[in-house]
Amino acid sequence: MKINQGPIYSYSIAIVVAIIFVSFLLALFEIPIFETYKLLLTGSLGSTTKFGDTLMVGVPVIIASASLVITFKAGLWNIGVEGQIIAGAVAASFVARELQLPTGILLPVMILVGAFGGAFWGLLVGLLKVKGGVNEIFGGLGLNFVATGLVVYLIIGPWSRKGIASTSGTEPFHQNAWFPTLEGFRLSPLAVALSFLVVFIVIYVFSRTQFGLKLRAIGLNTHSSYRFGIPTSKYLLIAFMLGGSVAGLAGVTQVASIHHRLVPSISGGYGYLGILVVLLAGYRPSLVIPIAFFFSMIAIGSIQWQLRLGLHSSLGGVFQGTLVLSVILISAMRLIQQKRNKYSKVGD
Amino acid sequence: MSLKLLNITKRFGTILANHNISVEIGEGEIHGLLGENGAGKSTLVNIISGSLVTDSGTVELDGNYLDLSSPTDAIESGIGILHQEPLVFLPFSIIDNFLAGLPKSRDFDRTAVRDAIGEISQEYGFDLDPDAIASTLTIGERQQLEIARLLWMGARVLILDEPTTAISEDQRENLFATIKRLAASGMSVIFVSHKLEEIQSICNRVTVLRKGELVDTLTVPCPASDLIDLMFGGYKQSTPQSQTVLGENVLVLDAISAKDENGTIDDVSCRFSEGEIIGLAGLEGAGQRILLRSISGLTNPFSGTLIFEGADISHYPYSWYIENGFHYLPADREGEGLIQGLTITEHFALAESQGAKTIDWGKSTQLAQDKIHEYSIRGTVNSKPEDLSGGNQQRLLLALMPANLSVLSMEHPTRGLDIESAEWVWNELLERSKGGTTIIFSSSDLEELISFSDRILVCFAGGIIGDISAKATTPHDIGSLIGGIEI
Repeated sequence: MKINQGPIYSYSIAIVVAIIFVSFLLALFEIPIFETYKLLLTGSLGSTTKFGDTLMVGVPVIIASASLVITFKAGLWNIGVEGQIIAGAVAASFVARELQLPTGILLPVMILVGAFGGAFWGLLVGLLKVKGGVNEIFGGLGLNFVATGLVVYLIIGPWSRKGIASTSGTEPFHQNAWFPTLEGFRLSPLAVALSFLVVFIVIYVFSRTQFGLKLRAIGLNTHSSYRFGIPTSKYLLIAFMLGGSVAGLAGVTQVASIHHRLVPSISGGYGYLGILVVLLAGYRPSLVIPIAFFFSMIAIGSIQWQLRLGLHSSLGGVFQGTLVLSVILISAMRLIQQKRNKYSKVGD
Repeated sequence: MSLKLLNITKRFGTILANHNISVEIGEGEIHGLLGENGAGKSTLVNIISGSLVTDSGTVELDGNYLDLSSPTDAIESGIGILHQEPLVFLPFSIIDNFLAGLPKSRDFDRTAVRDAIGEISQEYGFDLDPDAIASTLTIGERQQLEIARLLWMGARVLILDEPTTAISEDQRENLFATIKRLAASGMSVIFVSHKLEEIQSICNRVTVLRKGELVDTLTVPCPASDLIDLMFGGYKQSTPQSQTVLGENVLVLDAISAKDENGTIDDVSCRFSEGEIIGLAGLEGAGQRILLRSISGLTNPFSGTLIFEGADISHYPYSWYIENGFHYLPADREGEGLIQGLTITEHFALAESQGAKTIDWGKSTQLAQDKIHEYSIRGTVNSKPEDLSGGNQQRLLLALMPANLSVLSMEHPTRGLDIESAEWVWNELLERSKGGTTIIFSSSDLEELISFSDRILVCFAGGIIGDISAKATTPHDIGSLIGGIEI
């Protein structure tokens, strides 16, 4: 089989493979296949409210994915993105709880401080790697646990609701700390705009700036980049801080536009979902929004599977996972094919 | 008992690594294998020890053909190899190292292994504590461990691949005593080395390889100059092309010592003048690589001074070197020079950034286009290094160099290049030298060294043992120095 017609081609094949596999599963349990896919579409796009919900679920996924593009391009497996989202959420919650300001000032401060929180958590992973030689996967994973622990401590400790020792969450924020929503919808145009803005900035950085090119160079070959005169350690630390600050924004949207308070599972696993999105996008920031939106469609649409067909909602996850695995498989096959072609070429 | 190699031939792509090599090594013989880097020693040794499979030719032991398709086959047939760095499991105890390589046919019996270690140690004068952890042993002791293990596995032919590179003088004496004792007990030993003196002191016979061919097998002792002629005899005397009028010293190394994963140099002193071309001769690993990296700021020496324009720059950061016209071009053009995955345009955007924050892609593409034309690179602005041939990668690396350089350090300028590209590269380098750039390059090609250098420095075991004018030398003289014989 020849697979060398470009990424669009491999995506199409991967989607077909994933659909066939999921259809096979559905058939196995005698579930109406066509009905299932139709519900996915109507459930996520069928009404303005549903479309709004889908967009809203997309926001943290898009922001987390944009964060991951930065570190992945620099060759860093930033599994610590979850912790950075949490750190951003905690920092923003602190502002929301402590400062009595009008919305117009409070929200920008929350966004800024949230980004700092994420950047700090990212910098920790970076320092562990650059100064301590700790692989970013382990450093990041460890700090994710620390961040989760910190949130639980805050919720049952210093930030607990008066008279209640419960892990359900903190006291809701004052309304000034809520992202404004459209009348009658959960959709917050500010959150959506923020997520799009972040993606556009990342696209700009990697297509137009020296900084982005240098990060890519380091990600592709650290030795050569250093020879070129790029201070690689410094750039890796900056990549972690930038990635962390963007992840922190995802935390801000989680507390300020979804939950309106700090809850234990504040990151919602969107960091891990972001990893899938970025893998599927092949690290291309321009593909982050459509893919993240598609994932949100599956997440929102699959709720209908549970309501109407009695299917477990984790089927949506199966679909997402199959899709990612197919794309990775097809890309790997393309790479092998390219290598073969190279070796069969006559040398000079 | 004897090991017989018959018409061994092995080809890698277009390179003939071993061509029709036939040798017979008798019982109790210590047989040297000599040759410069790339002569084919490693290939031959890897074939005998089962790591590589021949294209044609046979290996016989005691008149039986051996089917060697893996190292396991080799050791089961009685052929063991001691690698340059002994391959032991460092976190394991000696006894566990024995058990880790246990053949399927044997029982997992600690007591038996413990007894065997004791017996072998006693017989060969080893000092091996079965419970000692391998990482606490010296390299010399790890070699003993490995030899003992190979004996226990039933080796009757032992290959030693440059065993003295990493050990002390005392340990070397011990090793040689062991080798002699092994030979006396009937073992056939193949001793691979670059060092003429060692070959002379321990071997009964020596086979010299050159460019994949067996040149001759001599009985030892024999005159060292005969061996040098055999090793380097293929080189023709060439005429030096560089006629630099030596100016003032621009760079002075005074007692420089440096050490990292790229090698070791110890107490090296030398001076370079403006526009001079200096060739570094020497076997791979004799210190050329780290010397070049120290000169270009990639490795800071731990002692000594490096004087450039009157200042000691030995502890300056690499960024200072770049800003002051130092440049380094590595032998590994794809792994360390260029960036796979970035296009030629992107390479130029990186190299020509000069503090800019944003990239003007139109300008970078134009620049790439111009340079591709000027340096006749066979590729487009969107080609990536992995799409280019070796010659075109080298052209690209040269094209990426800044216009004004004071010192260019370069490893193997023409290795793997076709003749046209090689000539082109040297024309470019000679132009640079005329423009005042000091060029320091390493090479294993003696003709290249004599043709293009003003002066040749010969590296040996981390030091410089020869500083000679290219006009007044011969391949034979350089060869002697490379082999560690001072003239």
